[in-house]
Amino acid sequence: MTEFLFFIEVVVAGLLSGTMYSLVALGFVLIYKASSTFNFAQGAMVFFAVLAFVGFMELGIPFIPAFFVTVLLMVLVGFCTERLVLNPLMNQSEDTLLMATIGLGFVLEGLAQAAWGVEVRRLDLGIGDFPIEWIIDNLGLFVSALDLTAGLVAAGMITVLALMFKYTKMGLGLRAVADDPGAASSIGIPLKNIMLLVWSAAGVVALVAGMMWGARAGVQFALVDLALKALPVLIIGGFSSIPGAIIGGLIIGASEKVLEVYLGPFFGGAIEGWAPYVLAIFFLLYRPEGLFGEKIIRRV
Amino acid sequence: MTTKASILGYGKTDITNFVIMMVIAFAFVPMVVQTDYWYSSILIPWLCLSLAAIGQQIVMGFAGQLALGAAGFMAAGAFACFNFILRVPDIPFFVALILSGLVAAAFGVLFGLPSLRVRGIYLMVATLASQFFIVWMIDKFGWFKNYDTSGIITAQDIVIFGKPFTSPLEMYLVIVVVVTVLTILAINMARGSTGRNWMAVRDMDIAAESMGISLLRTKLQAFAISAFYCGVAGALFAFTYLKSLEPVAFDIKLSFKILFMVILGGLGTINGAFIGAAFILLFPVLLNSVGNNVFHGAIDATIISSIEQVVFGVLIIVFMIYEPLGMARLWDNIKRRSRKAN
Repeated sequence: MTEFLFFIEVVVAGLLSGTMYSLVALGFVLIYKASSTFNFAQGAMVFFAVLAFVGFMELGIPFIPAFFVTVLLMVLVGFCTERLVLNPLMNQSEDTLLMATIGLGFVLEGLAQAAWGVEVRRLDLGIGDFPIEWIIDNLGLFVSALDLTAGLVAAGMITVLALMFKYTKMGLGLRAVADDPGAASSIGIPLKNIMLLVWSAAGVVALVAGMMWGARAGVQFALVDLALKALPVLIIGGFSSIPGAIIGGLIIGASEKVLEVYLGPFFGGAIEGWAPYVLAIFFLLYRPEGLFGEKIIRRV
Repeated sequence: MTTKASILGYGKTDITNFVIMMVIAFAFVPMVVQTDYWYSSILIPWLCLSLAAIGQQIVMGFAGQLALGAAGFMAAGAFACFNFILRVPDIPFFVALILSGLVAAAFGVLFGLPSLRVRGIYLMVATLASQFFIVWMIDKFGWFKNYDTSGIITAQDIVIFGKPFTSPLEMYLVIVVVVTVLTILAINMARGSTGRNWMAVRDMDIAAESMGISLLRTKLQAFAISAFYCGVAGALFAFTYLKSLEPVAFDIKLSFKILFMVILGGLGTINGAFIGAAFILLFPVLLNSVGNNVFHGAIDATIISSIEQVVFGVLIIVFMIYEPLGMARLWDNIKRRSRKAN
C-alpha cells in the first residue's frame, strides 16, 4: 500500500511540475497559432522576464508594481520583435523564421545578463517548496505547496486564455489570422495589433512561468535549458493546441518523474535530461502531429 | 570557354587556389607564426571547429535537415578515440581517428532516423535527444571514461609512426592534414551526385523522391557523413585543443555555436563553414582585447560575454533578413565587384 502511495506521490509531483512545462509551452502555442512561427526564443523570454522582475524588486519596487512594470517591458519586447524581426521576415519560410527566433533568444539572454548580471537570484513568492500538512493528514500524500500553486496558476491562465480566444472580438480576430493571414487582413483585421497582442500575451505567460520556475530552482541561466523541455511537450501535445500544451506538459512531467524514480537507478540516474526527448521521438514516429495538433499537410 | 587544364574536373583557378592554400598552411604559417598562443588558442580550435561546421553544413546546408546536436556527435568521436587508443594496443592515430568518426556516424544514422518522418523544428527536437543522450551516456557509464572518478581525463599523446606530436606546431600540422583531406572530400561530395541528391532533397523532397532519389538513403547518408565529420572534429578538438576529455565540454552551447557558424558563414557552402567558425571564434577574442586594452578591464567579463551573445543574436537576425546566404555570399560579392572594377 505504501508503495502504491509512493507511486501516486511521484505521479502527482510529476504532474504538478509538468504544469510548469505547460506554462512555457503555452506561450509557444500562442505565437504559433497566430503566426505559424516556431518561437524558439520562448525559453529566453522566460529567463528575461523573471530576471527583469527580480531586478525591479531589487530596486525596491514592491511586488505588484514590479509585476506590472515587467509586463509593460514584455509588451515592449513584443513590440520590438514584431517591428524589427517578424515584419521584415514576413512570408519567409518557417525554417528562416525559426533561425531568426534562435537569434532573438540569444539577444534576450544576452541583454538580460548584461542588465542584471549572471549570479543566481532567489525569488521568494511567499509559498514554500514544502509538503502541505492538510494533504498529509487526510490523504497521506506529500504534495509541495509550490507545485500545487503552480498547477492552480497554470489552470487559471489557461482558462482565461481559452475564454479570451473563444468569446472576445480580439480572440476571434486572432483565430482568423491563424487561419489565413491574407484573408484576415483583407477584411480589416489589424494584423500588427494582433501580433503585438499575441507576443505580449506570450510575454506575460513567460513571466508567470519564470516566477514559478524561479521560486523553485532560483533565477538563473539554467532556466533556459529547462525551458527547452517545452519542445518535447509541444511535440506530444501538438504545436497549435492549447489543451495539447497542457496535456503534453502533464505527460512529460509525470513520465519523466516515474522513469527517473523507477528506471533511473538502473542507469545511474539523471535520465530526466533526455527521457522527454526520446519520448518525443516515439511520438513523432507514431503521431507526428501530436495528440491534439492539426494534421500536417504539405502541398507540392 | 578556353581549353582547360584540369585535374578531376577542377579548373585552373581551383588548382591555383589549392596550391596557394597549401603553401600558406604548410610553409607560410609555420615560418611566420612563432608563438604557441596562436596555434593553441586560435588556429587549432578554428580548424577543429571548422571541421565540425562542415559536418553541420552537410546535414543542414546541403541536405536541408535542421539538426542541432553536433556537439553530441563530437563527444561520441572524442571518447571513441580515447577508448580506441586506450584499449587497442599500437593502434595508429589516424586509424583511431577514422574509427571514432565511424562510431559517431553510427550515432548519426540512429538519430537521423526521425528525419524520415519529420522536418523543421520537429527534427530539431529529435536531434536534441542525441545531444542530451550521448553526453549523459558517456557521463554515466564509467567504462567510457575508463572508470576515472575525477571527471577530467587527460588525453593521450598523439603518436604517429612512433613519433609523438605534442608541441602546438606539430599538432597544428596533424590537424591541417586531416582538415585538408576531409575538406577536399567534402567539396567533391558536394559537387558530385551525392551532393546533388542532398540539394534536391533540401529544395523539395517530394520532387526529389519522384525523380527516383531514395529519401531514406540520401537523408541517412547525410546524417552519417555529417556525424563522421563531427566525430573526427570532436576527437581532434579533445586531443589537441582541450587536451582532456570531459563530457561537459560538449554541451548544448557548443551545438548552438556550431549552428551559428553555419548560419552566419552561409548555408550550403564549404567555405562558409570556415568563415563562420573563424568569426564565432575570433569575435569574442576581439571583444575581450577591446575590453582589456581600450577600457582597461573597466567592463566586467560577464558583461562582455553577454554583449557577445547579443551581437551573435542580432547578426543572425540581420543576416536572415538581408543576406540569408551568409558571409560566404558577402565575400563572393566583394570578389565579384573587385573583378568588375579591374
